Amino acid sequence: MKNIRMKKVCLVLAAALFLPLAASAQQMESHIGNLTGHSEQGQQLYYRYCWGCHGARGDGNGENAPYVTPNPRNFVQGTFKCRSTPTGTLPLDQDLYNSLVRGFNFTNMPSWAALTSQQRADLVAFIKTFSPRFKSEKPGDVIPIPPEPALTVASIQHGSELFQKLECWKCHGQEGRGDGPSASTLTDSNDQPIRPYNFSSSNRSKCGSSNQDLYRIFMTGVDGTPMPSFADVVKPEEAWDLVHYLRTLQTNNKSPELTMWEGTKQGAEIVNAKKVENTYTGSGVKP
Amino acid sequence: MHIKYLVLTGVVMFATASVAFAGPGPSGGTITGKVTYEGTPAKMKPIDMSKEPSCAKMYATPVTSETVVTGPGNTLADVVVYVSAGAPDDAAPSSAAVFTQKGCRYIPHVLAFQVNQELKISNEDQTSHNIHPLPKLNREWNKSQPPGSPAITEKYDKAEFIPVKCNIHPWMHGNFAVLKNSHYAVSSESGAFSLANLPPGKYTITAWQESYGEQTQDVTISGSETKTITFVFKAKPY
Repeated sequence: MKNIRMKKVCLVLAAALFLPLAASAQQMESHIGNLTGHSEQGQQLYYRYCWGCHGARGDGNGENAPYVTPNPRNFVQGTFKCRSTPTGTLPLDQDLYNSLVRGFNFTNMPSWAALTSQQRADLVAFIKTFSPRFKSEKPGDVIPIPPEPALTVASIQHGSELFQKLECWKCHGQEGRGDGPSASTLTDSNDQPIRPYNFSSSNRSKCGSSNQDLYRIFMTGVDGTPMPSFADVVKPEEAWDLVHYLRTLQTNNKSPELTMWEGTKQGAEIVNAKKVENTYTGSGVKP
Repeated sequence: MHIKYLVLTGVVMFATASVAFAGPGPSGGTITGKVTYEGTPAKMKPIDMSKEPSCAKMYATPVTSETVVTGPGNTLADVVVYVSAGAPDDAAPSSAAVFTQKGCRYIPHVLAFQVNQELKISNEDQTSHNIHPLPKLNREWNKSQPPGSPAITEKYDKAEFIPVKCNIHPWMHGNFAVLKNSHYAVSSESGAFSLANLPPGKYTITAWQESYGEQTQDVTISGSETKTITFVFKAKPY
């Protein structure tokens, strides 16, 4: 008899604990290719894999959050780093899905490639239930990416000029080592210190590794970080030149861009000098 | 004859004037006053702009940060005084609120404007800035603006006080005050503010200072009277 009463008390307690979670999550769907994700399924996964860092309310205040830098994403604000949409707008479902596949390099967020694609789609649907923005707003218009023109030395050189003109080096450094004059002062939107991407490490950047990803990163900006959008100031045809130059800064990554740049006298000298740590190579000097 | 003519002109003038006063248009009460502080505010630190020579050379002596701007007689400038309750929400005016980056500073330091009002941001410097407002309720965006690029236009659809920064120049710091109605003012260096054209009614007036927080006062306006109120903030020494 006592046992049954205890069971009842436990049940009521459990209901009281978990009902608010269930109530906060109203149903959402995600659409990735021909996959449809459902938030009810995503919820189960979230409370198994994600809430330790992102928190029961999706506000980034999970149990592990105090020990995690950069802080876990707060889904309630609806601000996301990797998007194909303009700065300040909501991402596509596909963008969130891609982030789950990739994980975030240099952070505690791992790749969730081990889940099935259906599970990831379900998680995307559930994550969208945390922010009221997904109910009232549509994702932004995707920033168009024109086909990549043929790689030429002139394109790399023009990209190098843009790197100067747009003052990318203020944070990323003249050699792309992430050590520009403003680098040490940068903070993200949670007021936590954050480092600009170090191109010379040749690591994958947070939002992907392809040429298209690079193009997308500076055109959309990385919301929630100091990296702004250049969509209003870089013309699409110029943007590809900048991509080609950025590739040559990844000196440990044998890209076609680096190979071509090293094939020129000017480029070879600069790349060789760049490989020596902490030296100023003058790569920023206009050719 | 001459006198008659004069009297007639006088009558016509008086009539025109009274129509102008009695007719629809700006009328109602006014709330004016002053914002002051008591205690000792923190000394504003001089800004080291040596990393941005194009801006540093614009100042003979280094400028200071502007989180607390005081005037003679313990007055406080850059305080947003606005009707926080008692007035209906207003439609946004057609004019744009203008925010300028000049000398690696924001002008004005505190810009007040209305929900959905056009916000125009321009860069008059010889260096790139990134404009990075950090809202909690509104959308967060972050845009680069190299020298000579066209003005950025944006708007906010929720009322909020939004800190603004430039990540490239970490000393640059400003504020947007996005407000629901047109009854607001930003205190001048003499601490003075004036909220005009208030229809009779009971209002809650809020004064907001970026470091010292908010204060409110209830004011009742009847007819076209002018009421004077004072806000006194406690200065923080740090």
